[in-house]
Amino acid sequence: MSGMNDWTKSRYLPSVVLFAGLIVTAILPATGLLNDYLQFVLVSVAINAILCVSLNLVNGWMGEFSVGHAGFMALGAYASAILTVKLFPAAPDILLFPIAVLIGGCVAGLAGIPVGILSFKTRGDYLAIITLAFLMIVKSGLENIPYTGGPRGLLGIPRLTTVAWAYFWCVVAFWVIRNLVYSKYGRGIAAIREDEIAAEAMGVNTRTAKLVAFVTSSFFAGVAGALFAHQLQFINPSSFDILKSTEILVMVYLGGVASLGGSLLGAGVVTILTQCLQPLGTWRMVVLPALLVLLMLFRPAGIMGYRDWNWLKPRIFTKPRLEKSKQAPLQ
Amino acid sequence: MKYLAQQAINALQLGSIYALIALGYSMVYGVLTMINFAHGDVFMLGAFFCLLLIAIVPVPFWVALIVVMGATAILGTLIERFAYRPLRDAPRVSAIITALGCGLVIQNTTLGISPYARPMPHLLDNVTYQFGGLTVTTLQIIIIGVSVGLMMVLDFLIRKTSFGMAMRAVASDRATVSLLGVPANEIIAITFAIGASLGGAAGLLYGMAYPVVSAGMGITVGWKAFVAAVIGGIGNMRGAVLGAFILGAVEVMTVAVLPSTYRDLISYSLLLLILVFKPHGLLGKPTLHKA
Repeated sequence: MSGMNDWTKSRYLPSVVLFAGLIVTAILPATGLLNDYLQFVLVSVAINAILCVSLNLVNGWMGEFSVGHAGFMALGAYASAILTVKLFPAAPDILLFPIAVLIGGCVAGLAGIPVGILSFKTRGDYLAIITLAFLMIVKSGLENIPYTGGPRGLLGIPRLTTVAWAYFWCVVAFWVIRNLVYSKYGRGIAAIREDEIAAEAMGVNTRTAKLVAFVTSSFFAGVAGALFAHQLQFINPSSFDILKSTEILVMVYLGGVASLGGSLLGAGVVTILTQCLQPLGTWRMVVLPALLVLLMLFRPAGIMGYRDWNWLKPRIFTKPRLEKSKQAPLQ
Repeated sequence: MKYLAQQAINALQLGSIYALIALGYSMVYGVLTMINFAHGDVFMLGAFFCLLLIAIVPVPFWVALIVVMGATAILGTLIERFAYRPLRDAPRVSAIITALGCGLVIQNTTLGISPYARPMPHLLDNVTYQFGGLTVTTLQIIIIGVSVGLMMVLDFLIRKTSFGMAMRAVASDRATVSLLGVPANEIIAITFAIGASLGGAAGLLYGMAYPVVSAGMGITVGWKAFVAAVIGGIGNMRGAVLGAFILGAVEVMTVAVLPSTYRDLISYSLLLLILVFKPHGLLGKPTLHKA
């Protein structure tokens, strides 16, 4: 109990560690220690972590069931790729890329508004149907736009997603969603999961809470889509089908619902598992859904459901309980 | 006019296949208030079972129909027993996720075994009849006839028999009905079997009408039938049939006017529109229970 001098308790520690991480991820690829494949896996983990934590906001913390996450991702991917490929191919990458990712996120976030509004009245099964319809409409809509190559997709996207950028956006996503779920709004979102009518009776503005959750979730799905497009350098509408949504669902329900650490864990495990299963070919796509079914049967909340590591929580939620002797004596 | 009438026959053919599949979705939803996302893939397996059967023994159409219906009925019961029953009292989201997972497992297993689309051999001599300029094939008559026949049998079963009465009772209140001595688990299993066998029959008929069978059919066609069930009011049998014929007509008209790639866009937009203005579908009744 050294109090002031204990550096592990410093309030600057998280910022310092995160910034050091950014520098490390920026320098590491240049040193040649990470080959292209490892970089690809690391970027994939980061992108999937963004997708997982953002879907977790709706499916975990709010307790709804959205299968449309791949649709939001597609909007972000296409919006950013149109900027970098079609509109400003000559602009300097260092300026253009962050703006493209941001706009990708905003386009997806805007698309989240109508889905959020539809969720005011519909819940459960019907909301799942609405998100499914949304996904199908986005996919078949993109197939019918000749400007972005129709079903063949967009080719020749510059490879701009570096490990550092992926790390940066991943930290932003976790930071925003952590601050959201531990805030007043976040309590409201969790209250909707437990009992919507009771939440409303206790003064939670459920409409605002739902809208905030859907827009934040779809914004980060769009960001992840933009990073994804500039990692693979090629996107087509069928990369964003129901199987992509299922992949994100597996991460959420494997890692743990309503958990930041779970999102990170789920994204890491599923990404690495997918890479290891590459030799199986088509059969790989049997493993993930089967895993999802087994999870639902035996551990529906996932590995870290409704729990989190202390280092991911705001300090106020990690205070140790006062010992008996230190409690103020009752009058 | 003649063109319109011809399109109407096409719409009737597509609509009756959708109706058979949609009934499976609706029956399960009616009894368990659960969306059986795996049903589209059971429909797809119906077509593949038929291919397999014909490859082993060349049987006539009627035998194939009965065997396929039996096989998919067994499959439906197995899915219910091992994937859904353990989750009956779990949160509803768990059940939807499991159904989605089961569907994808079936679909991708089929894809692993048969990566390419396969042609469906002819089961019947397809004769073309002319009625005052309209062309009607034996196949169309059989498809519409078999579908309507099966729907009438189902309607009779639900409305007039003691099984149907038990099924309606389980749908309205499972807990109370169990106390009154109705074997709810058996009724639910039989409901799944009937739904799956109708889906299997639809798979066979679809394979004959559009003679290519592929693993993706469960999503491209099966989920359309789900859209039809929701449009009509999921849980309502007559609504499912109505929704299926509306969707069939809309799709045939879309393809007649626009490029065929717009078909999915129009169907799913229609679904969204119906859900916004009539959240319980055309014939569905609003429920009072808390979602």
